[in-house]
Amino acid sequence: MSESPICFGLYVPPQPHPLLAPEQNEGWGELRSAFDTARQRIEESDADLILVYSTTWPSIIGHQIQAHPEPEWTHVDDDFHFLGSMPYKFKMDTDFADGYNQNCGERGLHSRTIAYDGFPIDTGSVVALKLLNPDNRIPACIVSSNVYSNRAESIVLGKAARDTLQQQGKKAVVVVVATLSNRMFTEHIEPHEDRIHSAKDEEWNQKIMEFFSQGRLEDLSQLSREIHGQIRVQKVVAYKPVWWMAATMGQSNNYDGEVLAYAALHGSGGAVIQLTPTSGSFGDKEFDEDDVEIYSGDRDVLDKGMI
Amino acid sequence: MNRLPLPHVDSMGEIVAGCIAPHPPHVVYADNPPQNEPHSEGGWETLRWGYTKLANKLKTLDYDALVIFTPHWQTYIGTHFLGLPHFKSKSVDPVFPNLFQFNYDLGVDVELSRALHNATKEAGMVTMMMENQDFRIDYGTIVSAHMLNRDWDKPIVPISSNRSRHYYSVEVMNEQARALGRACRKAILESDKRVVLVSTHSLSHRHFTTEPPIPEDMSKQHIYNHSNYVWDMKLIDLMREGKMQEVIDLMPEFTEQTMAETDSGSISWMMEALGMPDYPAEIYGYQSVIGTGNVVAAWDPNPETREVVL
Ligand SMILES: [Fe+2]
Repeated sequence: MSESPICFGLYVPPQPHPLLAPEQNEGWGELRSAFDTARQRIEESDADLILVYSTTWPSIIGHQIQAHPEPEWTHVDDDFHFLGSMPYKFKMDTDFADGYNQNCGERGLHSRTIAYDGFPIDTGSVVALKLLNPDNRIPACIVSSNVYSNRAESIVLGKAARDTLQQQGKKAVVVVVATLSNRMFTEHIEPHEDRIHSAKDEEWNQKIMEFFSQGRLEDLSQLSREIHGQIRVQKVVAYKPVWWMAATMGQSNNYDGEVLAYAALHGSGGAVIQLTPTSGSFGDKEFDEDDVEIYSGDRDVLDKGMI
Repeated sequence: MNRLPLPHVDSMGEIVAGCIAPHPPHVVYADNPPQNEPHSEGGWETLRWGYTKLANKLKTLDYDALVIFTPHWQTYIGTHFLGLPHFKSKSVDPVFPNLFQFNYDLGVDVELSRALHNATKEAGMVTMMMENQDFRIDYGTIVSAHMLNRDWDKPIVPISSNRSRHYYSVEVMNEQARALGRACRKAILESDKRVVLVSTHSLSHRHFTTEPPIPEDMSKQHIYNHSNYVWDMKLIDLMREGKMQEVIDLMPEFTEQTMAETDSGSISWMMEALGMPDYPAEIYGYQSVIGTGNVVAAWDPNPETREVVL
């Protein structure tokens, strides 16, 4: 088996609190420290690329891949504008972006690279890249999350990322930007009042982190639909980040998992989690749904007289 | 349902019109204004000509500000209002960046914005003033404001859309948006402002997930499916007949069935703020943009200037 193109994976939250206000709440500070630890581990790794999948970057025309060599702007969050502005200048790996786009096409996905001055990079990507790669030591790539995509598209999107790493002989730190439970409080709260929105969300977050800490990423991928139904506010059709992460990292349960921090972010579940490929395995427990290599579009069963 | 009275003699403020103004960036792209960097060969004339006719009508009305409820300033913690008088920057559409890179320089009526905020807060809703000068104005606001007033000679008052549909249900969204509309109506009538309300959204809102090589290739434009078309026409028929209460009562089902952009609450907000019109809407045009259904329509409370347009 060839060497994994993945140094390790990170699951990090999108809200700006760990970047802009870590001192205002103990949990936000712990998340910030965990981001700092992850940054240090990236610096100590031999990664050529930081590859980001952001749930706060929605797209409609397939998937979009950031390919501006040096995107620069000052970002302000729609809700948390009072926490401050986020000036950024990033360095993107445009060769990787082009290759990724091509491999998406090879696997039947619709995708495009985008490179526009002033393009609004989303809060989650800005927070992650500013905290994990503040000096742009390593080039990055960001891919969007299509609002209509479901499991097959998300998994194939991950496989196309892995194809590209292998073709270009690059090693990546894979970063998924997403909360665990995503229900925030719908009212203003004081920083010291922050807590996970409900006991149910807390219970599920603990279950997900137990899986992560055991390295059971593929099992989480298989449980994704259940997680979506239980603790995700239904903004999009499915909970997709672990589908993409599992597919990009190699569809197994062979990881050393470590939860670096877990805290509430305005009620949602924020966690910084690291998954490092290893040869040992927890074993395959939850493999229920078919694997998919090529995306062949909606199957239009209603149009084909299937019922 | 409590109805607020129409303006009486002591009231200075007035709502002079309400408009549904869809904001696919395609219509600005097709128009080729100097502010937008990409260049097109046209497209979507049915919508754009309708917009021009409505914009010409607005030119004949005496008003102070456009109050715009936008689905693309999405807030989860209540409803937010702008608290700074001037914004100058560039808006790049996150979904169609190839079509919309618009350099804007606009004024906000902060006095009115604050009055709407305060009335909303007094009515018991969660609210916030946005006072970060780096904040970028969303493309829904910019597209609708531009198409209704290409001269940009009136200040705007954008209102964020609280995403209560996601957190609760379309029914909750509908009721919250209506409560917001009542509060805004009260604030406007008690102010000394004459305003045009703008509800910016598509009707049915299922997109194609691919784009033709020439985005303005009009041979590729059609509604996503017939069901969405039938629903859109049902709503437009009710608008023509002046049955807005029925439209709002249908809103949860329409929104669910057609993935409509009314999920932001904007039309529910505007109809309540207009006092739930029982007179015919002026219909200026209907057209599909990348699968979605879009109508340009207006409600003129003054029977003497109200027109049958289409
Ligand atoms: Fe929109």
